[in-house]
Amino acid sequence: MKEIRTNSRLEKILKNGHIAVTSECGPPRSSDAAVVVEKGHLIKDHVDCINITDNQTSVTRLCSLASCIHLKNEGLEPALQMVVRDRNRIALQSDILGAASFGINSVLCLSGDHQSFGDNPSSQNVFDLDSMQLIQTVRHMRDEGKFLNGDEIKVPPKIFVGAAANPFADPFKIRVPRLAKKVAAGAEFIQTQCVYNLDKFEEWMKGVVDRGLHEKVYILAGITPMRSVGMAKYMARAVPGMDVPQEIIDRLSGVPKEKQAAEGITIAVEAIERLKECTGVSGFHIMAIEWEEKVPEIVERAGLYPRPAVD
Amino acid sequence: MIVGEQKPFDEIWDMVKGHKQLTVFGCNTCVSVCHQGGNKEAEILASLLRMRASQEDVEIEISDGGIERQCEHPFFDKVQETLRKSEAILSLACGIGVQFTAQKYMSTPVYPALNTTFLGDVPAEGFFTEKCQACGDCILGITGGVCPVSRCCKRLFNGPCGGSSDGKCEISKDVDCAWQLVVDRLEALGKLDDYEKITPIKDWSKDRAGGPRSFKLEDF
Repeated sequence: MKEIRTNSRLEKILKNGHIAVTSECGPPRSSDAAVVVEKGHLIKDHVDCINITDNQTSVTRLCSLASCIHLKNEGLEPALQMVVRDRNRIALQSDILGAASFGINSVLCLSGDHQSFGDNPSSQNVFDLDSMQLIQTVRHMRDEGKFLNGDEIKVPPKIFVGAAANPFADPFKIRVPRLAKKVAAGAEFIQTQCVYNLDKFEEWMKGVVDRGLHEKVYILAGITPMRSVGMAKYMARAVPGMDVPQEIIDRLSGVPKEKQAAEGITIAVEAIERLKECTGVSGFHIMAIEWEEKVPEIVERAGLYPRPAVD
Repeated sequence: MIVGEQKPFDEIWDMVKGHKQLTVFGCNTCVSVCHQGGNKEAEILASLLRMRASQEDVEIEISDGGIERQCEHPFFDKVQETLRKSEAILSLACGIGVQFTAQKYMSTPVYPALNTTFLGDVPAEGFFTEKCQACGDCILGITGGVCPVSRCCKRLFNGPCGGSSDGKCEISKDVDCAWQLVVDRLEALGKLDDYEKITPIKDWSKDRAGGPRSFKLEDF
């Protein structure tokens, strides 16, 4: 078995050869942490790790770090999502130390949606580092025990480092090289964009496997169940970098409105079943947007429950 | 070159309407190329302000003039007298010219008629696009001659992000994805393999972040 470097349950699951299951919860637009804690409890027995989103779609929310601490205090295993949009390298390094000090064991390094999508389109953006450089930063802090300026960190943060990948964004020809770049930067696990176009995902994975990248990084395929045909159409039309094939829209359109949500769950379960057979896929990242209560059903129907125990 | 756009006329009028005398003062180099701040535009703007003053029954004497560059002392020689006598100056220069003029005439209000918008080029007649943010440490040599600092909305040094779609940026279908352009150019140069080299963390101290910048030629 590969060397375990952190206390991350996700790392232990993956390095023990299990199919990993992660999910994510979005914090509320209020100071009431009970909302995100409740979401966490809904899914905690069915996933290995719960990502907490970081002001997703650039909408101001209860912060990811505080939400992670609330989950940790409840005995859950959170992963800190960090975007480089809102913080410079001083704040990012500081938050990494802060997260590690609370026993938050996993981080997902992201660029972040542009602020024009959110509730403060007139805000400045930071982008002192990019997501690639944030991956390097966390690995540098953990493995070298040093800050970016070279100063020693007496107790380095023991954090398992992840990144995102979107096989469906353009230009497609650099999507495998881009993953290679993230691996070279130090990414240890990858959670992908929502996968609906399975053929294209498998084409990307073939490129990943051909270069042996699947042996250097654990890839978790992103799964988001559609709640309705309206959601599918919206994602196809309005979400940048999202690839929703017409056949998904047609399939949801083909069932009565009250049965579309169930059909969406079935489509998600079928996707997992198919991608379990895809070489190089190490797990699934289930993003049930404001629909967390459906995660257990998806995990169970996909044959991924119970979750393996790791010490 | 520096590109500017004239402020909304009402905003300009609100700034200057309280004066009894005003000199509308053009800058006939960069911002004249974009037809916003040259001496001809100063003349037109002065006319519009006179009409507005007349409509609102405001007594204000408005003259106009201009020089080639409001950012260097020698160009001011021929207009010293006019400017010194002005109660207020409405400068059609970029922010640099407005400040330079204001510093020369310490007790005279100098108002900006333009918003200085960007450093850009003229890819087609009457069309201007941003190409540089004067970040102080040019990396065009490794990005195929396409600047991610000014042209990627997240100024990613290792892009593109997941929002790149059909060559366009996630913020608008009217904005090219800078990293699509980088990749296209690297491919045309036969250097697509260079895409995988990780661009190191940038030293932003050479940018605005490091404070106001200057440099001095030793021979002067």
